[in-house]
Amino acid sequence: MSPSPREGETVNDAPLVELVGISKAYPGVLANDDVTLSVRRGEVHCLLGENGAGKSTLIGILSGLVRPDSGRIRIDGRDVSIDSPRQALAHGIGTVYQHSTLIPELTVLENLMLGDTRSLRLDSAGAGKRLRELADQLAVEIDPHEKALDLALGRQQQVEIVKALWRGSRVLVLDEPTSMLTPQAFSELERVVVRLKEQGQGIIFITHKLHEALSLGDRISVLRQGRFVGELDKQQLESTSVDDLRSTIVRLMFGDEAPAAADAAELREDITQIEQEHDRRRAAVGETVLELDDVSVAGSGTEIGIEHVSLRLGLQEILGVAGVDGNGQQALAEVVAGQRHPTSGEIRFFDAPITRLSVHARQKLGLRYVTDDRLGEGTVPPLSVSLNLFLKRIGHRPFWKFGRLQKRLVDRKAGELVKEFDVRTPSISTRAGTLSGGNIQKVMLARELSFEPKVVIFNKPTYGLDLKTTTTVRNTIRELADGGGAALVISTDLDELIEICDRIAVISRGRLVGVVENGRGVAEEIGTLMVGAETMEAAA
Amino acid sequence: MSDAQLPIEAPLRQARFQDTGLRWGSRLADVVIRSIVPVVLALVAGGILLLALGVNPLTFYSDVWKYGVSDGNWQQSAVTMVPLLLIAVGLIVVFRANLWNLGYNGQFALAAAFVAGFGPSLVQDVPLWFAFVLLFLLAAAVGAGWAFVPGFLKARYGTNEIITTLMMSFIGIDLADYLIKGQFQDPAIQTPQTEAIPLDKLLPPIPGTSIDVSLLVAFTAVLVVHYVLTRTAFGLRLHVLGANPKAARHVGIKLPQLTIAAFVISGALIGMAAAAYVLSPFWGYVRADQIPTYGDSIIPFVFLARLNALAVVPFVAFYAVLSTGGDFAASQANLPTDFLLVLVGLILLFMTIIEYLGRRRELGGSYVPAGLRQSLRSPLRKPAEAEAE
Repeated sequence: MSPSPREGETVNDAPLVELVGISKAYPGVLANDDVTLSVRRGEVHCLLGENGAGKSTLIGILSGLVRPDSGRIRIDGRDVSIDSPRQALAHGIGTVYQHSTLIPELTVLENLMLGDTRSLRLDSAGAGKRLRELADQLAVEIDPHEKALDLALGRQQQVEIVKALWRGSRVLVLDEPTSMLTPQAFSELERVVVRLKEQGQGIIFITHKLHEALSLGDRISVLRQGRFVGELDKQQLESTSVDDLRSTIVRLMFGDEAPAAADAAELREDITQIEQEHDRRRAAVGETVLELDDVSVAGSGTEIGIEHVSLRLGLQEILGVAGVDGNGQQALAEVVAGQRHPTSGEIRFFDAPITRLSVHARQKLGLRYVTDDRLGEGTVPPLSVSLNLFLKRIGHRPFWKFGRLQKRLVDRKAGELVKEFDVRTPSISTRAGTLSGGNIQKVMLARELSFEPKVVIFNKPTYGLDLKTTTTVRNTIRELADGGGAALVISTDLDELIEICDRIAVISRGRLVGVVENGRGVAEEIGTLMVGAETMEAAA
Repeated sequence: MSDAQLPIEAPLRQARFQDTGLRWGSRLADVVIRSIVPVVLALVAGGILLLALGVNPLTFYSDVWKYGVSDGNWQQSAVTMVPLLLIAVGLIVVFRANLWNLGYNGQFALAAAFVAGFGPSLVQDVPLWFAFVLLFLLAAAVGAGWAFVPGFLKARYGTNEIITTLMMSFIGIDLADYLIKGQFQDPAIQTPQTEAIPLDKLLPPIPGTSIDVSLLVAFTAVLVVHYVLTRTAFGLRLHVLGANPKAARHVGIKLPQLTIAAFVISGALIGMAAAAYVLSPFWGYVRADQIPTYGDSIIPFVFLARLNALAVVPFVAFYAVLSTGGDFAASQANLPTDFLLVLVGLILLFMTIIEYLGRRRELGGSYVPAGLRQSLRSPLRKPAEAEAE
């Protein structure tokens, strides 16, 4: 690809942006260790690496949020320093962050004019013109007067891209832009990226999903544990078979640990492959173990509740709940766990109503909840691992007798659980808050999946975990279902749900808008449901 | 584009800290810096202040030692410790659970008024030991009852306890005065005070000392509270609630019951402090508008001791010596006895400075646990845990 250079620019071979020998340390962890990365005109450079590999830090450095300890940043071959997001923009680097930075109450146009400090008066006519120009460039349609909160997620992202390009950026950084995009929205994003590339934009595309990198990247770089471990250039990508590429990249990403994680959805070259495996399981789904009958829950604060949700979970079944974060998932999980009370409707557990039972009574019945807020809700960070494993059994015999803690017994059992669930901790008396996210998740799994669990709700069970732990968690969920339990898995990661679930329900603005059997084409079906719900809302 | 975009997670910041061999040593240093240094600095700054007032600080402090410790004066200090210790552990119980009981003055005053009001007749009517038991129970019940109201409001409606305990405190103090001037007034005299219990009907001394037996009650209370907080299910529940209220809800702790229990126990202990105060051989009665507000002086030490019931003992002892010896030393030096309050104020000041520096340098740790700090910062916000019920 050789786009014609724009007027006034010197033609040189220097990359648009080049990071050279970047290092950045945080207390206890080297987030970036001598990383080098560049992007050229008209190139999509995919940065691949699992959670914790140092991608976010690198992007933070590029966008002026994080200052590197050492290393150089070069733009058009000249050394520069980027001390603030404003400077990054001035250097022509626009970033689209993982989470929306739009202000929900403002319109698209107002959001776009926010950063404009050049004059006192807001130039909305000029801004409208600029928006049309950029929308044409991206070949998308954006209503300038719609409020940000009314936009579908894919559209929001397009506005974010427009915002990043607003001041004429030449390098666009997309940080994990695909989390919970519908397949339809993903192909639209793909189209936008290709168009920008053709116009000479340099794009850095960060992801931890292999299939995205393979479908979009002109070049793929891999980070592992803060280090740059390898790069596949355009030629290699074109001349090598997909299978070979995959195994090369998986080896780069995981080194010796590759086999442990190799089956995860994140590493599939094509997500539809997974679907055949589900036929085997579907036959096994048995009697109803958990049923929600027309349940409504009031929202709290800014977080929305759920309305008239009915669903059924069978024995040995894994039921997924897909949806964009903040669409009532929290309320759904908490009402089933007993942490919130429904305003109407009934919840049944093995045909017995449990709507009025306390959290504690539900736990005793075998209904467990693995929360997504690991440090803020799931554990008490200053307490020991051992006590954290027993938080839900405080006061129970035989671990407490006459209210007195039987420390030896608790510690022995905790030791067994730590071993069984492979929690990596210096000792069982280590404070839980000092463990890594993955190990905290394992502590929670050990707690919820011990003492005869029957039905377990998992809320974003692998969010932010490294792939090896992710695989462990998913296997644990499967084992639970296969072993005569059942699981309700709430996740914002569609690929994850497709990998492990038997059926997938879609939640949107607090309502279940549909339930689909997992199988061929399910991603598109879910996408249609989500988009359908959004357009219905918009029409209403 | 605004600069306020910070979606980047500081990568694994706390997550990867590992336990090291240095931990014990650094904890010791932490204790010294946070708990001892403010006290030492306050004494030094107080000394400078004394110099400015024309008093030789060395003489003053050696007077404090002389009148507070030497020549058996320590016994006087030990007596002073009793109500202070009981209030301290009473506060620790609620503070541990992330709840603020700031109504200690009202609970104390009201319990003291009841003990002083019913005491004189009770010690005549029933066997003396039984009268003591009844009076301690009465005081505990009054204190607990006064603390129950804010506890219930918090548990049932999520009402902020900082405000309700403070308001209840004023009501309690005024009600106590009202009772002393009315119902409990000694008819024989004009001063607004209760009838004095005769000296031989007050708490007997521990044999061989001039310290009354309530010191044993206080030490027992310290040990029991420490045991309950560190070894029992109830203590662990309080700790979980204190460290992470969301987790408490998540793991199925019955928050309303626990909240009320914490307040009731706290109030009961503070009530018992009042009984020990009234029944100590130094008093035997209370006077309107003159019931001490020990809680105010003891709060800083509760936090210096990091809400540890055992660790609070030396701090209370320190304060008791300062209080006993300081009164004499101040009058020797022609200073008002309020100089003691200046020292407590200085300790608070230096605690604040160390807290500030600690936060600036991200040293972690704090006198006030995160949850308590949160509810102080935004007292009018309805806490999340209240919404659950």
